[in-house]
Amino acid sequence: MQGNTIEVDIKVPNKTRYLSLIGKIGEDIARELERFSGDKEVLAYHLNLVLTEAMVNAIKHAGPKEPEKLVRIVISLHRDDLTIRVYDDGQGFDINAIPAPNFEELEDRGRGIFLIRTLMDSVAYRKSCKENMLEMKKKLA
Amino acid sequence: MNLASETRNDVVIIYVKEERLDAHNSTELKSAVQKLFEDGKKNVLVDLKDVRFIDSSGLGALVSGFKNAISHQGNLKLSSLQSQVKSMFELTRLHRVFEIFPSTVEAVENFQS
Repeated sequence: MQGNTIEVDIKVPNKTRYLSLIGKIGEDIARELERFSGDKEVLAYHLNLVLTEAMVNAIKHAGPKEPEKLVRIVISLHRDDLTIRVYDDGQGFDINAIPAPNFEELEDRGRGIFLIRTLMDSVAYRKSCKENMLEMKKKLA
Repeated sequence: MNLASETRNDVVIIYVKEERLDAHNSTELKSAVQKLFEDGKKNVLVDLKDVRFIDSSGLGALVSGFKNAISHQGNLKLSSLQSQVKSMFELTRLHRVFEIFPSTVEAVENFQS
């Protein structure tokens, strides 16, 4: 990818059937990176995963009663800096109040944010009256 | 969701015939496994050979199946995990919970032992 600068701005209906489409975009970006010296297939999986988890999160927080809403996802790559922003206009949540999974307890849920935090360098969730944003950053050097 | 199943030596093998096991389809796997234990089956093997991608919901569906097995005095094991899928089990420490086998043959033999 010449210059390694791209920005992808996507809007899809807030339905889980589009998870695969969004995840594949992340995979394709990973495979196109010229300057990345690590394992591109591992990175492809990780980007697919964080996009999938973030979009599921946005669907949950957008409110199930509004199936016609869109989820907006912006993927920006500038040199070695990858930023993924996922927007929702629901109630929002406090990401710092979400505990890490208790590995001694066998819960069905609660691993999504943990996986995002583990695979990305920084994760923030910003609430605002207009829309909320989950921002995930990773250095690809 | 595309699931196939067969019974070998009292072990019900569920083959997940999907490339992705995620929030879109994991509930169906969860229900299918739940039904097997409710119907009195004791030994269930989930084969993930075709699954290239799993997310936290997919992991959650398998955890739910595992807990269901325990509550029905049964067993749930896994086989044929692709390397990146296996790494998600390791990342979430679930490889310590599940018995994971390289193939269905080895898993079925383990149920008998």
